[in-house]
Amino acid sequence: MNLTVDIKKSIGDFHMDVRFRSKASRIGILGASGCGKSMTLKAIAGIEIPDAGEIVINGQEFYHSGHKVNIRPQKRNIGYLFQNYALFPTMTVEKNIEAGLKGRKRERQKRVDEMIRVFRLDGFRDRLPGELSGGQQQRAALARIMAYEPDVILLDEPFSALDMSLKDRLQQELAEMLSDYRGIVILVSHSRDEIYRFSEDLIIMDRGSAVAFGNTKEIFANPGTKEAARLTGCGNISKIRRIDAHRIEAIDWGVEITLIREIPKNISYVGYRQHDFLPVWGERKENCVRLRIAGYAELPFEKKFYLTPENGESPQIPGDGGLCWFLLKEQWGMMKERGLPDYLQFQEEQLLLLS
Amino acid sequence: MEAVGKILEGLDWSPLWISLKTGAAATVFSFFLGIFAARKVIRMAPGRKAFIDGILTLPMVMPPTAAGFFLLLLFSRRRPLGIFLYENFDVRVVQTWLGCVVAATVIAFPLMYRNARAAFEQIDVNLVYAGRTLGMSEVRIFWKVVVPTAGPGIASGTILTFARALGEYGATSMLAGNIPGKTGTISQKIAMVIQDGDYVTAGIWVAAVILIALAAVVLMNLIAGKRMKTVKRW
Repeated sequence: MNLTVDIKKSIGDFHMDVRFRSKASRIGILGASGCGKSMTLKAIAGIEIPDAGEIVINGQEFYHSGHKVNIRPQKRNIGYLFQNYALFPTMTVEKNIEAGLKGRKRERQKRVDEMIRVFRLDGFRDRLPGELSGGQQQRAALARIMAYEPDVILLDEPFSALDMSLKDRLQQELAEMLSDYRGIVILVSHSRDEIYRFSEDLIIMDRGSAVAFGNTKEIFANPGTKEAARLTGCGNISKIRRIDAHRIEAIDWGVEITLIREIPKNISYVGYRQHDFLPVWGERKENCVRLRIAGYAELPFEKKFYLTPENGESPQIPGDGGLCWFLLKEQWGMMKERGLPDYLQFQEEQLLLLS
Repeated sequence: MEAVGKILEGLDWSPLWISLKTGAAATVFSFFLGIFAARKVIRMAPGRKAFIDGILTLPMVMPPTAAGFFLLLLFSRRRPLGIFLYENFDVRVVQTWLGCVVAATVIAFPLMYRNARAAFEQIDVNLVYAGRTLGMSEVRIFWKVVVPTAGPGIASGTILTFARALGEYGATSMLAGNIPGKTGTISQKIAMVIQDGDYVTAGIWVAAVILIALAAVVLMNLIAGKRMKTVKRW
């Protein structure tokens, strides 16, 4: 497996310049809406043509502006699962699956029958897409793609329009259906949970460029940049002033933090995940922030506290600029006896150093 | 009533057949031309699109006699196109049934074109993209996916085209004339008998043409309605 994408494209004021490489077979692209992730996927499929650059998969050039190569989408053998599935509304499930198949009628029929069996669509072969549930539509769309054995499958936000319980079921179902698939799968999503669950390699996109790429777990552990940290769900990010090689001032939090490791010179932000604080009762310890609650929210399985910065004013909107602390339900139960802590401590291992 | 029966007995039915044949032929031509034009126009740049759309819609909004005037200029056997068609293919348009078809097609075409275009513009572009990534050729995507999906719009365009072509009068009378048994359509027959003061015969033909038009519209609505059954009403 070998994927190289290096493309530029401008549409009006939006400039895209994405570059990444991966050897993984399950790749995720994470980014907010409008960051260019769907455009990247469409360029890989050949539906959108970049202004310049190259797209090479397993040694085959699909697009190369220097070599004047641009393979038509029909010839790329890349399957694309659209967010709305894009099933042909006037064709039955069976006809939809058959739509892209070549060869004799008998062979096509055999392939269609096989797909209908594998994707558990037996009772629905003569139904129109409008008569199917969301899950059945997803299976039909995937069956249609799998029928012609693509080398690459692109999943364009396949779950974002679904409600929570259905989403979870379909994610699991999709993962199972793709588990035997030997080609490359690229999933585009704005949901970090979806991406984390699914992908070996991760690309994080922000305003038209790839701000981070590499192994998914490593990027979540060490996002490297402020944008990447935010997109992987890090809610506390502060600008810093470097005091010396081991000490920084987190300006937005009003806290001084001392680290054992040396702080690289190019670091200009720090990040801290909302769940990672260590509560401290009584005496202030090192790297602590006083717990002054500006706002509070209760969710089914966790509580969210919005803090006032150490030596600042209460923020206008709780959580805006200040720190947030998320507490899981079971931790909350333990805390009931002792009451709320006086301080929250930053753990060095959990502190993200960001550029 | 007796007068009606008597007239019906001796009625020359040729205007009915001429009108139906003309309507059918003009509908077939407009169907393909309209879809073709709609497909081309939706891919044009906005400025060009506005202009070409104007030209294609013109026959619908200008007086049919003005269209007839242009058609006469174009197909007259003293003009280049008329001469060319006659000398090379032995085809005459002026004062022939072909003239009826040409006139009706030109006048009814914009109805097909505009309905097809509106229907195509409503189509989810992802359907076309999906077709491409599935390896379907552009032609196949168009006829197997786009046209059927635009079905209700195209069907209504076809009905209106047929109904309009059936009743065409102005351009037809100028290009094809009113030769009984050859180019004498129902609408021309009505105009002619009214000039003779024969209101009973005129009434019979008016009834005939209304019945056909209504039947066509109702029938096509039923067909379109059947295909629309999965679409929710509001």
